[in-house]
Amino acid sequence: MLLFIILAPFIGFLINATLGRRLSKGVSGGVAVAAMLVAFGLSLASAAQIFGAPADHRVIEQRVFEWFTSGDFTVPFTLRLDPLSTLMILVVTGIGSLIHIYSTSYMHEERGSEYARYFSYLNLFAAFMLTLVLGASFPIMFVGWEGVGLCSYLLIGFWFTKKSASDAGKKAFIVNRIGDFAFILGMFGAFVAFGTLDFKAIAEQVATMPVEVTWGVLSVTTFLFFIGATGKSAQIPLYIWLPDAMEGPTPVSALIHAATMVTAGVYMIGRNAELFAHTPETMQVVAVIGALTALLAGSIGLVQNDIKRVLAYSTVSQLGYMFLAMGVGAFSAGVFHLYTHAFFKALMFLGSGSVIHAMAGEQDMRKMGGLKKYMPITYWTFVIGAAAIAGVPGLAGFFSKDEILFQTYYTGHTGLWAIGALTGLLTACYMFRLIFMTFHGAERFAVAGAGHGAGHGHPSTALGASDAHDSHADAHGAHDDHGHGHGHHGAPHESPWAMAMPLVLLAVGSIGAGYVGVPHALGGSNAIETFLHPSFHPASVHGPAVAGDHGAPVTAQGSDHAAPAADAHAAPAGDHGAAAGHDDPEKTRIELTLMGVSTVLAFLGIGLAAFFFLQRPEAADGAARSLAPLHKLLLNKYYVDEIYDAAIVHPLRDGSSSVLWKTVDVRIIDGAVNGTGYLVRESAGALRLLQTGSLRVYAASLFTGVLLVLGYFLAR
Amino acid sequence: MTFPLLSLTVFAPLLGALLLLAIPNKDGERNGLVRVIALGISLVVFALTVAVWAAFDGTSADFQMVERVPWIPAFGIDYHLGIDGISLWLVVLAGFLTPLALLSSWHGVEKKVKEFSFFLLALEAGMIGVFLSLDLFLFYIFWDAMLIPMYFLIGIWGYDQRVYAAVKFILYTMAGSVLMLIAIIGLAVIHAQATGQYSFNLLQLYQLTLDPRTQLWFFLAFALAFAIKVPLFPFHTWLPDAHVQAPTAGSVILAGVLLKMGTYGLIRFAFPLFPDAALQAAPYIGTLAVIGIVYGALVAMVQPDMKKLVAYSSVSHMGVIVLGICAANVQGMQGAIYQMLNHGISTGGLFLIVGMLSDRRHTRQIAEFGGLKHVMPKMVAAFLLITLSSIGMPGLNGFIGEFLSLMGGYRWRPDLAAVAATGVILSAVYMLWMFQRVNYGPLTNPKNKGLHDLEPREWAALGPTLVLAIVMGVVPNFFLAPMAPSVDRLVQRLHAQRPALAEAVPVTTPKPVPASVSLTPEQAAR
Repeated sequence: MLLFIILAPFIGFLINATLGRRLSKGVSGGVAVAAMLVAFGLSLASAAQIFGAPADHRVIEQRVFEWFTSGDFTVPFTLRLDPLSTLMILVVTGIGSLIHIYSTSYMHEERGSEYARYFSYLNLFAAFMLTLVLGASFPIMFVGWEGVGLCSYLLIGFWFTKKSASDAGKKAFIVNRIGDFAFILGMFGAFVAFGTLDFKAIAEQVATMPVEVTWGVLSVTTFLFFIGATGKSAQIPLYIWLPDAMEGPTPVSALIHAATMVTAGVYMIGRNAELFAHTPETMQVVAVIGALTALLAGSIGLVQNDIKRVLAYSTVSQLGYMFLAMGVGAFSAGVFHLYTHAFFKALMFLGSGSVIHAMAGEQDMRKMGGLKKYMPITYWTFVIGAAAIAGVPGLAGFFSKDEILFQTYYTGHTGLWAIGALTGLLTACYMFRLIFMTFHGAERFAVAGAGHGAGHGHPSTALGASDAHDSHADAHGAHDDHGHGHGHHGAPHESPWAMAMPLVLLAVGSIGAGYVGVPHALGGSNAIETFLHPSFHPASVHGPAVAGDHGAPVTAQGSDHAAPAADAHAAPAGDHGAAAGHDDPEKTRIELTLMGVSTVLAFLGIGLAAFFFLQRPEAADGAARSLAPLHKLLLNKYYVDEIYDAAIVHPLRDGSSSVLWKTVDVRIIDGAVNGTGYLVRESAGALRLLQTGSLRVYAASLFTGVLLVLGYFLAR
Repeated sequence: MTFPLLSLTVFAPLLGALLLLAIPNKDGERNGLVRVIALGISLVVFALTVAVWAAFDGTSADFQMVERVPWIPAFGIDYHLGIDGISLWLVVLAGFLTPLALLSSWHGVEKKVKEFSFFLLALEAGMIGVFLSLDLFLFYIFWDAMLIPMYFLIGIWGYDQRVYAAVKFILYTMAGSVLMLIAIIGLAVIHAQATGQYSFNLLQLYQLTLDPRTQLWFFLAFALAFAIKVPLFPFHTWLPDAHVQAPTAGSVILAGVLLKMGTYGLIRFAFPLFPDAALQAAPYIGTLAVIGIVYGALVAMVQPDMKKLVAYSSVSHMGVIVLGICAANVQGMQGAIYQMLNHGISTGGLFLIVGMLSDRRHTRQIAEFGGLKHVMPKMVAAFLLITLSSIGMPGLNGFIGEFLSLMGGYRWRPDLAAVAATGVILSAVYMLWMFQRVNYGPLTNPKNKGLHDLEPREWAALGPTLVLAIVMGVVPNFFLAPMAPSVDRLVQRLHAQRPALAEAVPVTTPKPVPASVSLTPEQAAR
């Protein structure tokens, strides 16, 4: 059954890829949506099996075939469903289905063949993402890992005529490849260390090993995997591709660059929690990088004017939270945030798509404003999403983010907690800045038909736009030439049901999704933590509840280690899983205090946004002026792209051309070769014939030469 | 004696080529007929190579279908053919690519079609002969004989600088071959000194025990010949010229099969004949290979000419293969052989595509193109697939070979493998950049407006490479399994304890392994 979850969207891809240009839009969109719904249905059925099994038997395994074998190295194509992957497939197929439905409307102005191409990529993405999540070993995960990267490349560059789009796609692919390079080396390191690349087999072995307190083989291996994660999940130093990825169609940003693919790195660490927990040095790096990324991206998000870019930096920042959680060993908190984030971030991206759709392709918030009355569904669902991410109590983000911050503090990472809390303030601030600039205040857009361009380019909210060296200025109005122009002739309007319905459902999720993880301090039971616990300690899981379709054994392929010590393993340091006591009043007190602090910060952030962008827009300008250097630094994203260009890209390109090619190759090596040839030609007149290309002479001399040498040896 | 299937496979293309010569074709009035017959012959040869595969026992490590007839008994020279898991797929590859090369030149080659087809088929005979020879003298004959048709293919049907490129190609290759010839003869003489009998028989020469000095010199002589052919940095500068000047069919065969002669030679001759010297030299050769990976990729990145870009990318890809060979373990060797096949398919496919564009536009400058997706969407889809195959996308063929080669390299020298793996990044850089500049963006150049998409003949040439790229990525075990026994035996031979030379052995021990694992010598060899 697991295989069919992957095959459903893959078949959808095949249909649209081969027959797409002959199908009507209704059919190709319908096929793609149906494929996702089938996958969602199968995922639900599989999840029911998992839930139905006792907690320590929640594994379904299916060995499809032997992919490749060489000597003692073998890669079976095995899929495995456990609590963690169950959660993931539900998110991927559930939210994926909604985004497919949304896309049928959002993309409706594309030509038929382009429409089919879009949906074939989207289905292919889902198939690879499900492979990534269900794969039982590193190589199978890597198939999905690279596959989603490919689909991301194709979808970011979907409007391939536009150079900025194809550039952004290429950048995403190459930056991801830097991560993949490390991921591959990590696989080699893991194989040398464990003799297998199966997740479960590795976890079972590592559970019997001591924690590696200094940089050793295991730490280097997990560090390499983490570099892989920084590529896919857009963390320092490889986050630079994600903001550019906004060149893709907005539903793509929602599905791939917010809800699913970019969380793959977090998932990968969660998948190997036991391994990472044994390498505290790497964990420390993960936590610090996560916290710093959260802060860095949050601060950039504060001043961006492109609605999608604000959301992109917000995504990078939230992913930073997840890595912070992973790094302090709070695996379930990180995955919990991954899950809630999927709802509210997908919601806001789709909401921004709804806005862009209504604004005929405009993405610059300085040219929006006052949209609330035109698109109430979009507005209210967006507010719910923003409140959820800001951490307003009772909504999904509140529970998951506070869990992360609490665990960070409680494990003694006070400094990282402070960064995380500060980022919480920034989050609330930039998110409501977006709301106020987009939906409130003066209408700064020009309605072509009606001709009342109220307050167009209002200087106050433009927030120092004049000095913006915005290298992406050409990205604005991205969709103009692709036909989202139909709203142009009148006032902005609410989106059709196929776009509004997913918004509403995701808003419901953004409110409710957090209630699976109500902490003990608030009288809840943190059900998600209990549910996920076995996935982070696979050695304690006894065997498949349900034999795979092919009745494959669960023991590790190619490994002699059958986990004898599975039950005896002690939870490694830094793990505050389900085992952690929850009736400790001191702990409860700390948790409630921290919750209070972050709630205050959330409302403070919203208040600041309201003050600067709703009440007194001129104050925002004043602030920008008085902090001009800082503002400029943020607006230009700390010049990281420029630094990379100057330090790496240009030297590499110019050096390759002028030094390697034109000097080493042409001058030195070829110079030597041609020089030799010249000398020979000058000194030996006979060889001149060779240069004229007389092959008979060549063949004869060769033959004579052979005879001479042969004769010499024989006569000796 | 059983049916001489191998001899038939070697000589069928040659007989067919001679048959072609018998067709009167003055002023090219029968060009069409010649093309069809040549294609027919090449398809028959392909069928023969498939028959060889069908008759091959994939569970055996031995040479099979062996034919051995004394040829020059006084010197112990035999006509001696045989096939094992290492050569099996290379023979099939040669049979597979030749029809595609003929198809690719259907319109591109208009002058002297008969001679062109003759040389291509003669070349095929030489290539298959090299892969099947078990007698060093016979091997050398095929090895050198191959040069002649290639020389003419470049020199007559090439582009502007064809003569320079052809001469450079042949001089480079000859420089290495001559030394190898001396070493071959030296081996026979040493065999005579040891046993009283000259021998060019590879299997007998495998048994020779050579003193370290002789081993080293002979190994270097062999390795130089093969390194030039691969080509290994810094012996690679003939390749870009040869590729750029060669007609499409020449490039396809050159990249697809001829380069593999070098790596095949290392695996079949240089390493097992002189194992101690090989393992001693491996770190140095491996280092050159790794330099080549990075160097080739960086230089490929800045090429304005598509063909030259693909040529330099070959230098990079072949480096991965040589690294796998130098690792001298099962994954490295098997990955290397697999990557030899992959490179034949993906680079062959790339040259086919470049040829199709060049047939249409008579230029290969990347800057001349742009936005082709607007007019040739099917070509772009094929281009994308081959690009992905070339950069090692999992699910396609390139990944398997690259992964295994690098893994073998990592188990031998993690530092070299780590540098080599940067090829994963760089290949994406140069391939995707070219892909973008050729296919994406607006259709700016008016000359590209009227380009027609792939026609059926072009699909026939390109399609098989696409199918194989997928098949070899999805079910690699189909191809890996029959080569496994031979590779196992080869690796065992390389690491076997040779009593007389025990002091040379420590070179083979792998780098320090983590405390958590302890590799026994047997494991290290695997």
